[in-house]
Amino acid sequence: MKPFTTLTGVAAPLPAANIDTDKIIPARFLKTIARTGLGQHLFANMRFNEDGSEKPDFVLNQPAYRNSEILIAYENFGCGSSREHAPWALLDFGIRCVIAPDFADIFHNNSFKNGILPIRLPREICEKLMDDARLGGNARLTVDLERSVVVRPNGEEIPFEIDPFRRHCLLNGLDDIGQTLQHKPAIDSFEARQRAAQPWLYA
Amino acid sequence: MSAEKPRTLFDKIWAHHVVDTLPDGTALLYIDRHLVHEVTSPQAFEGLRVAGRPVHRPDATMAVIDHNIATDETRRTGILDPESRLQVETLEHNVVEFGVPFIPLLDARQGIVHVIGPEQGLSLPGMTIVCGDSHTSTHGAMGALAFGIGTSEVEHVLATQTLLQKPAKNMRVTVDGQLPLGCTAKDIVLAIIGKIGTAGGTGHVIEFAGEAIRALDMAGRMTVCNMSIEAGARAGMVAPDQTTFDYVKGRPFAPKGEAFDRAVAWWSTLPSDPGAHFDKEVFLRAEDIVPMVTWGTSPEDVAPITASVPDPAAAVDETRRAQLQRMVEYMGLTPGQKLTDLKVDVVFIGSCTNSRIEDMRAAAAIAKGRHVAEGVRAMVVPGSGLVKLQAEQEGLDRVFLDAGFEWREAGCSMCLGMNPDKLTPGQRSASTSNRNFEGRQGPGGRTHLLSPAMAAAAALAGHLADVRDWQPVGSA
Ligand code: SF4
Repeated sequence: MKPFTTLTGVAAPLPAANIDTDKIIPARFLKTIARTGLGQHLFANMRFNEDGSEKPDFVLNQPAYRNSEILIAYENFGCGSSREHAPWALLDFGIRCVIAPDFADIFHNNSFKNGILPIRLPREICEKLMDDARLGGNARLTVDLERSVVVRPNGEEIPFEIDPFRRHCLLNGLDDIGQTLQHKPAIDSFEARQRAAQPWLYA
Repeated sequence: MSAEKPRTLFDKIWAHHVVDTLPDGTALLYIDRHLVHEVTSPQAFEGLRVAGRPVHRPDATMAVIDHNIATDETRRTGILDPESRLQVETLEHNVVEFGVPFIPLLDARQGIVHVIGPEQGLSLPGMTIVCGDSHTSTHGAMGALAFGIGTSEVEHVLATQTLLQKPAKNMRVTVDGQLPLGCTAKDIVLAIIGKIGTAGGTGHVIEFAGEAIRALDMAGRMTVCNMSIEAGARAGMVAPDQTTFDYVKGRPFAPKGEAFDRAVAWWSTLPSDPGAHFDKEVFLRAEDIVPMVTWGTSPEDVAPITASVPDPAAAVDETRRAQLQRMVEYMGLTPGQKLTDLKVDVVFIGSCTNSRIEDMRAAAAIAKGRHVAEGVRAMVVPGSGLVKLQAEQEGLDRVFLDAGFEWREAGCSMCLGMNPDKLTPGQRSASTSNRNFEGRQGPGGRTHLLSPAMAAAAALAGHLADVRDWQPVGSA
């Protein structure tokens, strides 16, 4: 998992509540063998016409937002089915941070597992950030996880709260496997002991 | 020093595999054997690739293809369904890239992952065994701790050879006495599930014990452990004994020579100590068991073959009444109808529950010299290529073919509607598999679970039948 320290980038405004996982990645794209490559189907129903052509009005189709790394949205982002494909699709598109008043639990969890930072901020502040985001490439946001602040284009710093353990994991790029690998010395000595006692378990 | 506290088989295997304990009591548990198949592994391998991680211990891993494949000659000419084909090709590619040992589709050893593990000696007593499939509990018959995991855990095991696990509770199901004529391991486990229900084992690891379990051969023990998951348990296990050691000896991946003797010495220390504490205990008398068959859409809705379809109106509880009503409708039943009056369209003998050579023999003994009833499609699907070869050497294929059964290639087949072997809507099947959920064998399909001998009897009779009325031709 890629560590998340500081991110400065374009934020895409998605001024809607209840953006569910089926909007993020429709069910028809789930029969896959990969978790990469889903970025091309991110928000597919909002982003593309039935013939596959782009809907020019959709924010991620506008030139200023094609390389967005941050999303600003409203309440209950990521609700609906528990599919882990939702964070996979966001990440594959290049989104590393979503800011909203609140998130659906499973999505919130799955985001951290995949190196995406979900930030909860009050609705009024999200509205301000939404206005900033509307300025496109002229107004980049900075998310500083080290100091737990979002920096607006005008320099104003907005502090946010985050579970210290999750912050630690993101800062160090530790997914579940990464955390377990911190126990590598214990695993190694277990294997050495077991190999001596039950050598038939080792080819 | 005070005497050590008596421990269960589960406690001992668990304690042997704890690498580290986290502050909240979660254990980092070492995994000795990881079995991999095509359906639940693609994203796990991809995760490794993206993170640049290798497989920690390829020598502790084995991959095989079983769920998605056809069980007729078309498996040689390529898989028709594009998604199934892609999953199979992806596994074939991943095992090369990550250096994981692999049994290819057209290898004689190919088969259902839970059949080939014990058959190859990959699953041994005292091991921790995982696979991305819930019926991994099967391998507990070896005297191992074996359980199913999800795709993210598959990746975790590939990368670290460990899992984060909270300890389970101990439960013991004791079956004493001797099984009556016509009853098998399948009838034991169906009777257990009928008694304790599909949530009876929740949060527990079940140890199956008692005279009737000890008397089972390894195939029978595997059948019982296989369905512990249908009783809600995390895993099922049987203490290793001489039957186990005799089974293991000489298998390709089993220890040999002096190492085997050392292994047996260690395995012999594993059975539960006298006085060990079980959080839950259940007792059954083998003499009370009769040939069983499920009538509903949950494995706990099981009854003796001599019984009739229950009347939902008789249920006291309203939720249960509605549930029974729904089942009776879905299954196309009439309350009060005798189970032996239910005509079957398809008979399926196979799956990781009942596709070993002993199961083939049991079914063939009933089928020999008789013929499948008109209008019934009966298929026999051996659990592995080696089971198939063995059966052919014993002439069982001829017995089945002469009796009008299909004799097919190894795989999961009609156990689940994921490959070309499926029920069509409304079809009724007598099946030796483990799940009778709505649509499990194909959309709209109606499944009755039973033993291989009972399945053979149903094929011959054309309806669910009491195997005791169909004893082998020529026997007294
Ligand atoms: S035979 Fe059925 S239960 Fe067993 S592994 Fe295959 S699909 Fe799963």
